[in-house]
Amino acid sequence: MTTLLIAEHDNASIKDATNKTLTAAAALGADVHVLVAGANAKGAADAAAKLAGVKKVLLADNAAYAHDLAEPLAALIVSLASGYDALVAPATSRFKNVMPRVAALLDVMQVSEIIKVVSPDTFERPIYAGNAIQTVKSKDAKKVITVRTSTFAAAGEGGSAPVEDVAAAADPGLSSFIGEEVAKSDRPELTSAKIIVSGGRAMQSRENFAKYIEPLADKLSAGVGASRAAVDAGYAPNDWQVGQTGKVVAPELYVAIGISGAIQHLAGMKDSKVIVAINKDEDAPIFQVADYGLVADLYQAVPELTDALGKLGK
Amino acid sequence: MKVLVPVKRVVDFNVKVRVKSDGTGVELANVKMSMNPFDEIAVEEALRLKEAGKATEVVVVSIGPAQASETIRTGLAMGADRGILVKAEGNVEPLAVAKLLKAVADAEKPGLVILGKQAIDDDSNQTGQMLAALLGWPQATFASKLEVEGSDFKVTREVDGGLQTVKLKGPAIVTTDLRLNEPRYASLPNIMKAKKKPIDDKSAADYGVDLTPHLEVLKTAEPPGRKGGVKVKDVAELVSKLKTEAGVL
Repeated sequence: MTTLLIAEHDNASIKDATNKTLTAAAALGADVHVLVAGANAKGAADAAAKLAGVKKVLLADNAAYAHDLAEPLAALIVSLASGYDALVAPATSRFKNVMPRVAALLDVMQVSEIIKVVSPDTFERPIYAGNAIQTVKSKDAKKVITVRTSTFAAAGEGGSAPVEDVAAAADPGLSSFIGEEVAKSDRPELTSAKIIVSGGRAMQSRENFAKYIEPLADKLSAGVGASRAAVDAGYAPNDWQVGQTGKVVAPELYVAIGISGAIQHLAGMKDSKVIVAINKDEDAPIFQVADYGLVADLYQAVPELTDALGKLGK
Repeated sequence: MKVLVPVKRVVDFNVKVRVKSDGTGVELANVKMSMNPFDEIAVEEALRLKEAGKATEVVVVSIGPAQASETIRTGLAMGADRGILVKAEGNVEPLAVAKLLKAVADAEKPGLVILGKQAIDDDSNQTGQMLAALLGWPQATFASKLEVEGSDFKVTREVDGGLQTVKLKGPAIVTTDLRLNEPRYASLPNIMKAKKKPIDDKSAADYGVDLTPHLEVLKTAEPPGRKGGVKVKDVAELVSKLKTEAGVL
């Protein structure tokens, strides 16, 4: 019995999503190997080898894995699958893309976005945007699982697993990488940020995000998020979207500003430890989940809050 | 080029779903059903390709109960040319749906299949990727822009870090994200016209696909509740509570 965890990484290091997925993978009760597929990814493989409890790291270092193309990455995972009883990956956009392709090639029904391992074949997962939790038992001999990382604690370091090179699988050559627009930011990533400040439709413009939300986020060393309404309106880029179809987050503190609290937004942040809502509509549904609600005009309250934090030495 | 658009009949996105008290699922009796919103975006994109002269025919296909024909009619009223209903009762998992869609694609030979990235009922986010795997075609999930280049496709995808653009050799699979387009409403004349458009009636048995679920649903429960807290009167009180009571500053 062995589990293969497919790592989220940036070639140089391991992403926090991998540490969290390791906690879920370990709960299956078998030895865990980690696959690092990338280009010039030795740094990430060495980091994976240090994770507590990892028995072996497989490094597939090849230009074919430089750009997250689903077809070659799925072919690689399938080529390694015979040695494993479970294939587990974080539910990041990379693996939401590739794991169902792997599952179908193996004739397995994937269990998507698990939030709890009940037993090695039984899992809890949210359905209907988190309005219901389903407990499912997989009858497949080989499991293919993606993990909603916000509900698992991050595994720490303390291991010293060997790193083994594995051969690249034949690239089906069906797709090619053209380019990417990746936002460069010094702020923490949403899915691993301890504090998140999010803005909604009430922000009214991209400029207001920069003028009100971002200074507050900077004071708190927070990540910046947005509601779907704000992203749809062009006030914020898509990679800021928090919600069922965007990123699912669970920081220590989530500050929702000018966000009404649509079900699909709540699904993406309601596991946050402390929720603060600032909204001028006292009946906004966001107040039903907020630990601290402030009914106020955000254009006054947010600069005031930013100032007050400054006085606290933030 | 023919474009195939699979559509799913789901609980309308405005309905607040209720878990049945016996834990066997969610309440579906007398609940408004609609086309999955991501699939509406897929239909819209296919129609735009046809209007731009890049596609010749738009075929909508649904797998589900007899009532799924209503969902197909919605697609036809938006402007699709014809429909295919593959009747299948009960819970049909994404893997089985992908197998049925492969059979439909083998028969229809589309140059492009556009699907919603996920259905808002089971939130699996699998069917498009699985169909691509079974057909041996390339895939671009979470599309926010789609361009046709001869028989190939250039697709911009919404990914965790921002946007990624890939090129796919056709035939190919694309799944839609929210920003791809804003779906049109069907006009009354088009709703009337749609009633005369053909829907081909099939059943899962016609394709010899085994629909036995691989996942056994043991129970469905309410999520743990979260209670609202207190309202604070001003920013000073908020900061003080966050510092002393919540301890997060």
